Amino acid sequence: MSSTSSTTSGAAKPASTRAKPANKWEQAADWTDGRLGIYSLAKTNLRKIFPDHWSFMLGEICLYTFIIIILTGVYLTLFFKPSMGEVVYNGSYIPLKGIPMSEAYASTVDISFEVRGGLLVRQIHHWAALVFVAAMFVHMMRVFFTGAFRKPREINWVFGFLLLVLGMFDGFFGYSLPDDLLSGTGIRFMEGAVLATPLIGTYVQMFLFGGEFPGHDIVPRFFTIHVLLIPGIMLGLLVAHLILVFYHKHTQWAGPGKTEKNVVGMPLMPVYMAKAGGFFFLVFGLIAAISAIASINPIWAYGPYRPDQVSTDAQPDWYMGFSEGLIRIMPGWEVSLWGHTLNLGVAIPLMVLFPMVLVSIAAYPFIEGWITGDKREHHILDRPRNAPVRTALGAAWISLYLVLLAAGGNDLFATHLHLSINSVTYFVRVGMFVVPVIVFIVTKRWCLGLQRRDKEKVLHGRETGVIKRLPHGEFVEVHAQLPQKDLHKLTAHEQIEPFELPAETDENGVASKANVLDRTRAKLSRGFYGEGSQIPKPTSEEHHEITSGHGHH
Amino acid sequence: MSHDMSEEKLPESHGSAGHHEVAAHGDPFADPGLPAHEPRRTDIDERAAKRAERQVSLMFVVSMLATIGFIASYVAIDPDKIVYIWPLGHVSALNFALGMTLGLALFLIGAGAVHWARTLMSDHEIPAERHPIEADDEVRADVIEQFRTGAAESGFGRRKMIRNTLIGSMALVPLSGVVLLRDLGPLPEDKLEHTGWEEATDAKPLQLINMNTNQPMKAEDIITGSLTFAMPEGLSTHDEDFQQRIAKDALMLVRIAPENIKDDKSKEKGFEGILAYSKICTHVGCPISLYEQQTHHALCPCHQSTFDLADGARVIFGPAGHPLPQLKITTDEKGFLVAHGDFDEPVGPSYWERAR
Amino acid sequence: MKKLSARRRHPLAALVVLLLALAATGGLYAAFAPAGKAQADVAAQSLAIDEGKKLFAVGCSSCHGLNGEGSSDGPSLVGVGSAAVDFQVGTGRMPAQQPGAQVPRKPNIYSQAEIDQLAAFVASLGPGPVTPTEEQYTSTNPDDLSKGGELFRTNCAQCHNFAGQGGALTQGKYAPSLEGVDAKHIYEAMQTGPQNMPSFPDSTMPEEQKKQIVAFVRHTTNDEPNPGGLTLGSLGPVTEGLFGWIFGLGALIAVAIWVAAHTTKAKKS
Repeated sequence: MSSTSSTTSGAAKPASTRAKPANKWEQAADWTDGRLGIYSLAKTNLRKIFPDHWSFMLGEICLYTFIIIILTGVYLTLFFKPSMGEVVYNGSYIPLKGIPMSEAYASTVDISFEVRGGLLVRQIHHWAALVFVAAMFVHMMRVFFTGAFRKPREINWVFGFLLLVLGMFDGFFGYSLPDDLLSGTGIRFMEGAVLATPLIGTYVQMFLFGGEFPGHDIVPRFFTIHVLLIPGIMLGLLVAHLILVFYHKHTQWAGPGKTEKNVVGMPLMPVYMAKAGGFFFLVFGLIAAISAIASINPIWAYGPYRPDQVSTDAQPDWYMGFSEGLIRIMPGWEVSLWGHTLNLGVAIPLMVLFPMVLVSIAAYPFIEGWITGDKREHHILDRPRNAPVRTALGAAWISLYLVLLAAGGNDLFATHLHLSINSVTYFVRVGMFVVPVIVFIVTKRWCLGLQRRDKEKVLHGRETGVIKRLPHGEFVEVHAQLPQKDLHKLTAHEQIEPFELPAETDENGVASKANVLDRTRAKLSRGFYGEGSQIPKPTSEEHHEITSGHGHH
Repeated sequence: MSHDMSEEKLPESHGSAGHHEVAAHGDPFADPGLPAHEPRRTDIDERAAKRAERQVSLMFVVSMLATIGFIASYVAIDPDKIVYIWPLGHVSALNFALGMTLGLALFLIGAGAVHWARTLMSDHEIPAERHPIEADDEVRADVIEQFRTGAAESGFGRRKMIRNTLIGSMALVPLSGVVLLRDLGPLPEDKLEHTGWEEATDAKPLQLINMNTNQPMKAEDIITGSLTFAMPEGLSTHDEDFQQRIAKDALMLVRIAPENIKDDKSKEKGFEGILAYSKICTHVGCPISLYEQQTHHALCPCHQSTFDLADGARVIFGPAGHPLPQLKITTDEKGFLVAHGDFDEPVGPSYWERAR
Repeated sequence: MKKLSARRRHPLAALVVLLLALAATGGLYAAFAPAGKAQADVAAQSLAIDEGKKLFAVGCSSCHGLNGEGSSDGPSLVGVGSAAVDFQVGTGRMPAQQPGAQVPRKPNIYSQAEIDQLAAFVASLGPGPVTPTEEQYTSTNPDDLSKGGELFRTNCAQCHNFAGQGGALTQGKYAPSLEGVDAKHIYEAMQTGPQNMPSFPDSTMPEEQKKQIVAFVRHTTNDEPNPGGLTLGSLGPVTEGLFGWIFGLGALIAVAIWVAAHTTKAKKS
């Protein structure tokens, strides 16, 4: 390289050693490569392989709804006035005529009724937000149940988790902006929650609201947080998340030809450009159609916010529903000590339980990694049944989440199922402890049952439905041996041996007591992978014995 | 579901190797390797490929038409026009037309692209090699060596004074940012401890103003079983600080037959069975006002805290931690309901500095 | 037939027969009962009271006592006024199937003429809110809509929801939906405070304001279009979330399955 440059520098006109570009496009590409080095970048990425499975596209739904939210959000900022200055409504919506309201509310009503297409964009923005968080949730569950969070992807799991939490909060801030009766009630709730913070609550409240509730600052401040601060952080995390997905290469299901050392699928160019690019349009199109069909957050019907007014069915958007549930089922504990009050009825659910529910799932990969002590990279996904305790824990977590979500809508459960709101609440108070335990047990047994069935299928083949009569008169069903690709798929997973403590006494008879951490680890490991937590998978010897012995029966 | 035999045997006919042979000899569970590629109809039948091509183009064409429809709807449809569309009901014609055309235009681009990829682009599955994320030992040693060299050259570890003062200055500098936040709001002081009713004194009591009529009320206006909301005299919905004031001053007036009032202190604060409670829930501050006139229970619509208004607004259910504050009321010489002072405890949700 | 005869000796059989007979009698009565004729003149008033008393004795006295003095099964009706009777009977709540805190709305079994007679009788027991006339509850001023909306959000939405869809109260009680409720009955409910609903008497909520609220409720539950599409029950974010999960994410996942699925192979088709 250096020799070429030295020779050309001597010549009159500098020449490139590169072949002459075939056309204008190549010329443009060469120009760009000379400045950005795109060829080396594209070399590894243009034909990057992605495996095909519907569950691998859940993350794409998140990405695309996020893009849709940004596009529509930018449009909305062109018309929305984040101000709490009072105006008297004089627009085309008759039931609000002459009513004093904030500019934020009035401009949102105007977006809905005066700006052509404004209502559609508002609804796309909001529907996309609901689907965004829902898709992140399902995406995270997919990663959880397939063990895709294992090394080397733990950090990306944390990035994803942060995106989920930020998405939830950004949704909450966005829901608060129009200053309608529902969102104002939500902000009032937030004020009460902030006040319940021990020690600093009143200071945080005054600083956040610029004085007493509601003041004139909260909507503009939330606006900045909603459109700039949180989306900015999310964008950064999102890019990092995607870079890591590219860098790690996608996980894949076990199957013929698929190993820990490869990834089997179709290339980015052209198949995934078409499929993933097309999927963006499919997602956007579907959400636009939903926004034509179903109304969301009809703020004109809620009316402007006034702290002395309220409507029943005061709930947050669904993703905050489980925290609403925690608040609703909490008993009214309040402690007074030395002239101070601790509002445990709010502080415990919001400052202890709410983060606990989220962090418990976020921390799981690290806990599992510690228990297994597994330091290897994993690129082949687990079938959920092959990790019964993990699957059962995940199911229990989901059930807890759902129970709390139901508690967040306890009034609607009461009216629509003709129940008493008090009984619903009592049920959830007990249910949040009992239901996850039941779900854990049922799921684990279910997984073990499926493992047994797999084993049965591997050893005895598939039921053909053909009945054969044996010479001595017995009827048997003919079982067909599975093809090798299926045998491989059903036995490809490895089964983890529980972690054993070193012997209590070493070879010299000196007692070497393991420390508490190791003993806990050993106990957990037995619970995860010991007897009763997995069915030993069939061995080739077992298979030989059965297939060569008395044949199919 | 009964599979027919020929279909079941299908994979064998073009598999890389006979499975049963492998199973008989080696490990039956061994990875048989990637299955051979099977062609799609469009790969072998030019007519099918042409058909797929036409389908894809058709989708793109319809998408174009939908975009034209979108623009036409935007121009032609009056934003106030309401149409009946089954089963949606009476909806905005513009919203429906725009949403449907935009949805169609976008969806068909996507559907066309995916159909194209699925039928006409190669569906050969290709394995790509993975490389371990971890660097090998040589690289690792090299990097650590480089770092050590750099660290040694900086003298960061050796010149402790520089290190410590740098850490000190870095730790202090963010404080400027924290200090800058001071003017976000005022200090709480005792702002949460009193309400607009504090202006009421024995010398100059404040009338209770009916939220509906904006007029003062007489005791006989409040009948047993009724529910009325009130604010202090002098407050108007058009005041600059109306929202802050009403967030604390709002009252809920009920009248309960005196013999049904269980709490004597509460009865005393009332006037002939008229009780004036704060409308602001002591849990997180929703305006609580779901009053059941037969049970005298008031329920909060946000988190279902239930207060017994006949028993000093004791909490009988839900997450609220203490009773609703009650305002002592009486009547003035003209017979209008008035208050002579503030609540004797802070209204709304409790907080750290709250004394009780 | 065999099934029927097998159940003849069932302990509840007698009850079923009795209920059927009662329903048939009631239905026939409703069908053949004299239709309401104009009985506006003053002389007819005492006649109406007499007729009402007879009807009362048959339909109401078992709980409310022969003279409306009340019993353990039903409250005293002295002073509840004709508006209360018109509301309770007109919406089918009375006669109640069983006494209790929450008496649901059901098809009304009396003709308006009979309701008026009952109301006249109960009104004669003691002064109380009077059945409103049509002018009282029919708004003609277009500004009433927004004023009514503001009053509704102050006084009513906490129980009946922002769109009049109703909501939960304590211990299984509920505030009913206002959908399809007659303007007159909405007005009367505010006047009289039926069951657990507090009353909003004219002294604290003047007639004019009740009219405005009625205008708003009728508009919201009847005439108000839903510009954005399906209202999803006008129940706020809960049903929106449910819809978003099922039809939003659900549809997207269905599409994802199509996108990711392998194209059918030629051999199998």
